[in-house]
Amino acid sequence: MSESFTLTIDGVEVTAQPGQSILQAADAAGVYIPRLCAHPELEAFGACRVCTVKVNGRPQAACTTPATKGMIVENDTPELNEHRRSLIEMLFVEGNHFCMFCERSGNCELQALAYRLGIDAPRHDYQYPARTLDGSHPEVFIDRNRCILCGRCVRASRDVDGKHVFDFVGRGKGKRIWIDAESRLADTPLEGEDKAVEVCPVGAILRKGAAYAAPIGRRLYDHDPIGADIEAKRVGAPAAKGGKS
Amino acid sequence: MATETAERKPTAKRIVIEPVTRVEGHGKVTILLDEQERVRQARLHIVEFRGFERYIRGRPYWEAPVLVQRLCGICPVSHHLAAAKAMDQVVGVDTLPPTAEKMRRLMHYGQMLQSHALHFFHLVSPDLLFGFDADPAIRNIVGVARKFPDLAVQGVMLRKYGQEIIKATAGKKIHGTGAIPGGINKNLSIAERDGFLKDLDQILAWSRGALKIARDYTMEHLKDLADFGSFESNHLSLIRADGAMDLYHGGLRAVGARGGKIFDHVDYRNYLDYIAEEVKPWSYMKFPFIKSLGPEKGWYRVGPLARLNTADFIDTPEAEAARKEFMALTKGKPNNVTMAYHWARMIELLHAAEKIRDLLHDADLQGTELRARGERRPVGIGLIEAPRGTLFHHYEVDENDQIARCNLIVSTTNNNTPMNRAVEKVAHDYLEGVQITEGLLNRIEVAIRAYDPCLSCATHAMGRMPLEVEIVGADGAVRARGGKGLYV
Ligand code: FES
Ligand code: NI
Repeated sequence: MSESFTLTIDGVEVTAQPGQSILQAADAAGVYIPRLCAHPELEAFGACRVCTVKVNGRPQAACTTPATKGMIVENDTPELNEHRRSLIEMLFVEGNHFCMFCERSGNCELQALAYRLGIDAPRHDYQYPARTLDGSHPEVFIDRNRCILCGRCVRASRDVDGKHVFDFVGRGKGKRIWIDAESRLADTPLEGEDKAVEVCPVGAILRKGAAYAAPIGRRLYDHDPIGADIEAKRVGAPAAKGGKS
Repeated sequence: MATETAERKPTAKRIVIEPVTRVEGHGKVTILLDEQERVRQARLHIVEFRGFERYIRGRPYWEAPVLVQRLCGICPVSHHLAAAKAMDQVVGVDTLPPTAEKMRRLMHYGQMLQSHALHFFHLVSPDLLFGFDADPAIRNIVGVARKFPDLAVQGVMLRKYGQEIIKATAGKKIHGTGAIPGGINKNLSIAERDGFLKDLDQILAWSRGALKIARDYTMEHLKDLADFGSFESNHLSLIRADGAMDLYHGGLRAVGARGGKIFDHVDYRNYLDYIAEEVKPWSYMKFPFIKSLGPEKGWYRVGPLARLNTADFIDTPEAEAARKEFMALTKGKPNNVTMAYHWARMIELLHAAEKIRDLLHDADLQGTELRARGERRPVGIGLIEAPRGTLFHHYEVDENDQIARCNLIVSTTNNNTPMNRAVEKVAHDYLEGVQITEGLLNRIEVAIRAYDPCLSCATHAMGRMPLEVEIVGADGAVRARGGKGLYV
């Protein structure tokens, strides 16, 4: 086993293990780098660019860039957070995200990131795309209105569940997650307990019968902002900071 | 009174009350004159927006109780609960765990308290305290706050208490998520309960005070009020199996203007066998009626007055004593006086406060069995006695758990014909010549307001609705127009 090494993130020295991405090293050290498509149990994918940091002055996706010795990483800067805000705003206007009645509200990573980064209302026009729903599966419901194309379900189904239920089809604006079946989720081998269902960061892939089970006030992000769990690991970490950066 | 067939005669003249602004929907009163320039008919036009029924198609059924709250920013809790009751049916649950039902009831009584308090203190009290003819510049809540500061504060505090109860049961004051298909997602903590108990005596005292104002006012002005905007009608509400008033659940009971029962303890899932909706060419809002009586005679009133008229008794002592006094006035027969709505509403305010007290002392609210499950069914029908009257939610859910069809009859739609009759009566009695006088406008406003219409519910627009009046002659030409500053 090779030696651990150090790099700095926002001027703080952080210890990393060989093979870790910048994101993983930051997580382990209790430094939160915003992200959407990355998931600790899945292979990095580099799709959303929300994790973009500056490495020695150049923008890089923290989830796919390996940490190296002596790296100088910028993360929580006004410029990078502004970049993240505009990415997230784009995601909001490109889909149909109605937080006020979405069952994932309070548990949604997209919404939580918007709060953490201080987004009030998107500056772009809503596009109101026409998207489809699939309720055919007895245990799982798909609402494509809220899909942000993070690809977590694609990776989880392929790499963890070993099923290949989901895939991307189309390109550009028409790109969407599709399923490995003619048109119905019910015709796939997907099961309710699959990792592919669990990892959806938004309200696109939903386990039936679980909606609104957590009362308001006891949902994942009702009290602490997204990333607070990671920041709590930091040695001598102050209490979780508020919703805005 | 003019019949619907007569109004189609081309010789009719029309007087119209139109909204000052159309931004938030559309409330308009048209007074139609005949050749002799007498009032032939009055029509309250509300642009009822039914786009919601289309919007909800395809959505998963469990989303409905949260989604439907977007229908109305004024009575979201009523829609939340009616939809949840419908979805109980969809998930095959006929009986909720006691904790779930009682939490929902607490939410509902909280809503009743805040809604009735808001209406009475903010909208009605200026009419009662200053008189219908007082300058609208004084006849408003600011005027009340200036002259009767204690009263204005009580209104605000009663409302706040109700809203806090909604928050503790639904999670938020609007767009809460508390009621879920088959139950509720939280119980009431001891700390929450104790917080409410602390202020309860004050809430009861203020509720008694509000009831006294409404009662005394009605008794003092009985002679003038008895005929004001009044007419005979049927009355409809849910009723408990033992005949008690029940605002959350029961069978349907309809009584005639003189008290005969038209139907009783009808399982509301069969409402379509008893109630139909008539469409009229001049109105976007439908006109519900009792099928066995037909559209001409079958229309009915809902809301506080109807509920007092249908109930055999109220199961809380102070409200029951008040009910007895109220019913004694008409010797136990239905009360058909439009302005009696206010007294009836305040009896319900006190009833809601008493119910909240009883529930807060019920240990079931701290129970942990929150949800029941059953066999999926294709149809869900949920009815509730909303503050403004019976509210119907009806859904068909397909085999993919998606809503295929939805039909709602909101309280204000149920009171559609009665509100038209009330305006017509006022127009008959107060129209002089072809002039829209201040006195006429004020009285039209007061008569409609007695029904506490939620134009927001009916039209799905937000906020209170400005109202305009127009007089139209037999030749179809607009003869007069007015209505600035009118709100219901
Ligand atoms: S989290 Fe790194 S690109 Fe999405
Ligand atoms: Ni309403």
